[in-house]
Order: sequence, then C-alpha cells, then structure tokens
Amino acid sequence: MTSRDFILHHGRQLGTLFGLFVLGIVLWILSPFFLTVSNLLNIAQQTAINAIIAVGMTFVIITAGIDLSVGSILAFSGVVLASVLKADLPVPLAIIVGLMVGFACGLLNGILITIGRLPPFISTLGMMSVARGAALLYTQGRPISGFSDSFRFLASGEIGPIPAPVLIMIVVYIIAFFILNKTKLGRYAYAIGGNEEAALLSGVNVRFFKAAVYGLCGMLSGLAAVILTARLNSAQPIAGMMYELDAIAATVIGGTSLMGGEGTILGTLIGALIMGVLRNGLNLLGVSSFVQQIVIGSVIIIAVLADMALKKQKK
Amino acid sequence: MNISFIMNNDIVLQMQHISKTFPGVVALEDVCLELRRGEVHVLLGENGAGKSTLVKILSGAYQKSSGEIFIEGEKTEIKNPKQAQELGISIIYQELNLVSQLSAAENIFLGKEPVKTFGVIDFKKLFAQSQQLLDELGVRINSKSLIKNLGIAEQQMVEVAKALSFRSKILIMDEPTSALTEEEIKELFQTIKRLKKKGVAIIYISHRIEELFEIGDKVTVLRDGKYIDTKNIAETNSAELIRLMVNRELNEQFPKQVAKKGDEILRVESLAKKNKLYDINFCLYQGEVLGIAGLLGSGRTELARAIFGIDKIDAGKIIIKGQRKNLTSPRDSINLGIGLLTEDRKSQGLVLNLSLRDNICLPNLDMFSNYGVVNSQQENLTAKKYIRELRIKTPSFKQKVINLSGGNQQKVVVSKWLCSQADILIFDEPTRGIDVGSKVEIYQLMNQLTAAGVGIIMISSELPEILGMSDRILVMCQGRINGEFTRQEATPEKILQRALGVVDDQ
Repeated sequence: MTSRDFILHHGRQLGTLFGLFVLGIVLWILSPFFLTVSNLLNIAQQTAINAIIAVGMTFVIITAGIDLSVGSILAFSGVVLASVLKADLPVPLAIIVGLMVGFACGLLNGILITIGRLPPFISTLGMMSVARGAALLYTQGRPISGFSDSFRFLASGEIGPIPAPVLIMIVVYIIAFFILNKTKLGRYAYAIGGNEEAALLSGVNVRFFKAAVYGLCGMLSGLAAVILTARLNSAQPIAGMMYELDAIAATVIGGTSLMGGEGTILGTLIGALIMGVLRNGLNLLGVSSFVQQIVIGSVIIIAVLADMALKKQKK
Repeated sequence: MNISFIMNNDIVLQMQHISKTFPGVVALEDVCLELRRGEVHVLLGENGAGKSTLVKILSGAYQKSSGEIFIEGEKTEIKNPKQAQELGISIIYQELNLVSQLSAAENIFLGKEPVKTFGVIDFKKLFAQSQQLLDELGVRINSKSLIKNLGIAEQQMVEVAKALSFRSKILIMDEPTSALTEEEIKELFQTIKRLKKKGVAIIYISHRIEELFEIGDKVTVLRDGKYIDTKNIAETNSAELIRLMVNRELNEQFPKQVAKKGDEILRVESLAKKNKLYDINFCLYQGEVLGIAGLLGSGRTELARAIFGIDKIDAGKIIIKGQRKNLTSPRDSINLGIGLLTEDRKSQGLVLNLSLRDNICLPNLDMFSNYGVVNSQQENLTAKKYIRELRIKTPSFKQKVINLSGGNQQKVVVSKWLCSQADILIFDEPTRGIDVGSKVEIYQLMNQLTAAGVGIIMISSELPEILGMSDRILVMCQGRINGEFTRQEATPEKILQRALGVVDDQ
C-alpha cells in the first residue's frame, strides 16, 4: 500500500487524529500545565469511563442502531454492584454481578429490538427510564458508599505509572478492535448496519447478532459502573446522567456513521480523547462550565460537518 | 432568412468536445451531442460508457472539465441543478424522487406552490394546474391521489408532469422502462410521442435495444467515455448498435450450451401460500436451467422466497436431494446448498459499503472461522480465486462493491453462492440493469455452472432471455403454474398466452 492509498483509506481517522493534535498544541501554548505527565494521565483517567461506554455505542451504531440507555444502565449496574459488595460478596464475583446486570439490560434492549421489532430509539429510550427508576427504587434514592481498598484499587491503583482505569480502557479497546475486525460478530455488525436485508438473505442470524451487540453495549456500561463506583467510593442512583450523549458524541466525532455500516474502534478512542482533552483544557483555562457546554456542542457539530465535507470530496 | 438558419434554429442543444475527468479517471473524452426539437435521442453504451456522466453534466450535477454547451445557439455554463431547471432541462432518474406521503399535485409543484396572501398555499389552483398538466400528458391520474397509492408507472408520469411544470425544453429519461410492465411501457411511449409533438426534445437512456427502434429517432453510442457514432434509428439495426457498443460481434446473444441432465435435486409438491401461491408442483435436475416466466405479480418472486426459506409456506413439501426439508430461514437453505440471487442486487444481494471479499464471504464465514475468529488469510485467497475465475473487474478484493459496475456486482453475488457450494441456484432477474457485454458473461457463467452439475432456476421478465437460456420453461400466472414447455416447444406466443392466462393449462 502506497502512502497515498494509506491516506485515502484512513483519511477520516488521520483527520480526527490531526484535530486532536492541533487541540493539544493550542492547549500547550495556552496553558503550561497541559503537557505534563500528571495532567495527561489525569485526562486518560477521566476519559476512561466515557471511552469504554463509547466502545459499546460504536458497535451499536455500526449496526445502524442507537442506545440511549447506557447512562441509566450504568447507574443500575452500579447500585446492584454496590449492594452485593456491601453484602460481602468477594470483589471479583461482585464485578461479575455488575457486568451481568448491564449485560441483561442490554440484552433486553436487543430482544425488544429484534423480536419485538421496536425501533432502537424507542426501546432504549424506554430502558433509559426503566433502568433509572430501578436504580432509584433499589436504593430508595440514596447512594451506597464505602468499599474495601481492594475494590477501590480498580480506580485508584496504578500499575507502573499507568492508572488502573486507563489500563482497563486499553485492554477493552484491544479486545474490541479484535472483535470488530477479526470475528464473525464484528463482520456481521458491519453487514447488518450496511444492509440488513442482504445480511439476512446471506444466512446471517441477524436477530442473534443484533441482540448480542446490545448485550455487549450494556455489559460495557456495567464495566464503566465498576470503575465509577470505585473512583467515587460510592454508587449513586443518579450517576451517569447524559453519559449516552457523551458516548454518542465520541463515536460520531470518531467517524462512525449514524446510518450504520461504517466506523472504527480507533476513531472512537480518538473521539473520546478529543472530548476529554477539550474538557480538561477548558478547565485549565478556567472557562466556566456553561461555556464549556457550548464549546463541546460546537465541536460535535463541526466534526460531523467536516466529515460530511470530506466524504463529499471523496465522491 | 435562409434554410440553414431555420435548421439551426431547430437545434435545442449542442454539447461540443465535452470532457470530464475525476481524480485519476477520465470519465468522458471529447464527446459531442446534438439535440433537435421534438426528437427522441437515445444514448447507448455499456455501463461505465459515460452516459450518466454526460447527462449529469447537462443536469448540473457535475461540472464539465472542458468543452462547450450551447442551448438554442447560446453558449451556456450549467453550474448547478437549479440553473439547469431554469434553462429548461429536466431529468427523470431511474430512482424516482417523489415524496410518497404527499399528493401528485403537491409533488408536481413542490418548492413552487401557488400561494395566496400570507403564504397560504392556494390548493384550488394547485390541484387545477397539476390536473391540467397530467391531462395534457394523456394519463388518467387524479392530481389529489397520494403518491404512495400510485403504481410505479403512474409515479413516473407525475415526474414527467413535474418536469413539464418547469416548461422544460429538454427532458432526460434515465432507464425509464426498467421497472415497468409491457403494458405500462406502451403507455409511457404514448406519452413520449405526445411530448415530441409539443416540441420537447428527449434524451433517452436505455439498455433495452429493442425499445430504441420503437421510440427513438437518433442514437448516439458511447464507449469507454468516448464518442463513437450517431445514427438515424431508421438506418441502423441492433447488430450494428451492439457492435458499436462493445466493439465485438455478438453473433450469439445467448450462448446457450445444453449440459447433461443429471439427477433430480429439488422437488416441490403442492406448495401453497395464502393469496400468493397455489398448488405449485415442479422439479429441478442437475445441469438444467429451469426458466420461470410470468408477469410481474404472478408469484415468481414469492416462489423463490418460499424455496429459500424467507417466507413460511402454508402447505406443501419441498424435497431436496430426495429428502423432505422444512425450511425456516435462509440459513437452512444455504446449508442445504441453495443460493438466491435476488431481483434487486443493491438492496438485497449486497452490502454495498463492504468490500468484495467481505461480501463473498458473508454467507460462508463459518467456513473461515474458528470459535468466531475469522481467518482473513483464507478469506483473501478465496476472494482472489473468484475474482480470477469469474473475471471480476476490480483493482483489488478490498474494493467496496458500490464502486463496481452492475455486471461485476452480479458476479460478486454469484461468487457468494459458489463459495457456499450451492448446487441449486435461483437467479431472479439475473441481468436486470446489466449491459450487453456483461449479460453474455453472466450467461456463459450459467453454462459453466450447469456443466458442473448445478441446477438453476431462472426467473426473468425478458422473454428472449427465457427462450434463449432455459432448458425447460414454467409459466406462472396469478400464483399458479400455467404451463410447462421444453426448450424446443417454447415460442414467445405460447409463453405470453399462458402468462396472460388467455390459455389455461389442461
């Protein structure tokens, strides 16, 4: 492959990477603290949760779906996890419980979408409210706090210089990259999103794989819940509000098409990092959180506009 | 005023030395076209010959790289589709662009509705004016009907009316008959003749050579982006046109080779589906092409879907290689060696955004994977093998199929099923929208397949294709099989009589 081909094939990702790079340079010039090891690790740590949820979102959006319930599933998984930790279940088992709660909620989304033939938007909108309500009901609206050090290590621990959440994030991305590019699940996700009818007529078990993708997305929300609960040393039933939007934003900035059939894991990672760097940089510069929202919203819009312009040019 | 001036005055459009280059590709090279008032000028060429590019330059969708355009003698630059409209150029694409929830009238005047004070739409005027346009076309469509309640042919007429509402002098029709029945085509031709009388000049793109002789006045042939020749239709014939298009003699449009008939591989007994199929009985042998003729809506596609396990059947048996099978999903059928080449490649047969390799391997990933992990190496080799064997024109197996021509796309679909070791192949309209040269290649492929012992069910609306390629022919009419002919017995008349239900079986 020549360098020209490389740029043509990976133009979108290179573009996003370039955006991240420019953003970094601007912040480096504006703030002396930006380009320090501790700040960069800080960004990675803050990005980890959104980045992990965005992996599930990427799978879902590649199948031409959407999942609005990730934030609520995170909250529900978190409080269930917290309650079993409080009941002195061993940490590894408790984590599995947390992941399974997320998986079950996601799978329910998948079943409603495939067997119930609901549009993903409606099904996950419903789940968004149901899971949130369940989390509030389960805790009577109160947070569950105070866990063992061994559990909190998942957020505060460091392996070498790398914080545990960042390590978890890296592992998730490696596995997700492998699944999306090297397994049937990944290939079918692209095929279903690209042309569901053709996939079905090619003998793909569309229902099974679609449901699996939503299950995976839910499970990753459960994993995000584990990290968030460990970091805050508390599980809050109102945790994860608006996380779905951050995850969708990271995915879309990363070049995944909402029409389905297109998208990359690496793009989503860059997208999540852009969101994280932007938040961090604006904080360093002392920009008010009100203005931050405006900036981040604008970045999402600009990213997609640039993407569309790029695609048009390619034609 | 001399005679030559009058003649020049008759020329509506001149395109001179038009070239268009895309990065790395020359799509059009030095093409000329001259169009006169009241003339139907046919653009002919294989897929990729440059017809669409030329037409898109005219409609403002593309910008020419060089050359000149004169409209009624005046040099003009067409910068965008809106400007083209203002210049009196309208285009009707193969895929119709109508809002299905709105009425015919609202579609005709979309974006230029007559209004009363405060911008309120003057519906009385809207319906009256559009009704007048439709009546002028000689079609019986109520301007208040919703588009979704109209047939394809009627929707096309609404598009024509819409074009006329711009007072178009030049009307471009891109494959207008591809989705129409014989009857509807006749009506369309009536309308075209009426438009000619009004002095509208029509550029007509079609693959169906027979049609041109019925409707065209002149024909311009393009090949590989180059201008080849312009002929008066009255002074040419299909053999000459085909030769101009492909630059090779197609002595035999249907290179049928009869293969050795082997064992029975598929038998259908008393198959029925409520309101769709009634008491269907037939069998298919190895090495045979079983043609299924019939009008649109006669149940041909429904039969294919039932055999492929997409739709459940209400009664009857499907027996494959001597064993009765209960097919509940395409997966079942694929595992039993059945492959379906759908009527509509783009919406059902291929994932356009995926590569050749991914499409070929899609039904066969189990073959290439262990514990869900795909072995790409093996996939690549397989894809390369089929690209070589089927002579698919592509720079690489990584190419997205959306970038391939119709004929090559169809070869990718065939590869899918060859790879899945299918020995019963259902071709539903195998050559629809495919140019002449590629058609022959598809037929040769069928010969190879039958020679290798594959049984083929070929559903087709094109009688010559049915007669030219089938060993045996079933005719369907209103969900029943209404007649069976051998290759030797079949004639167009016999098949049409059965298809129309004029003559009944027994």
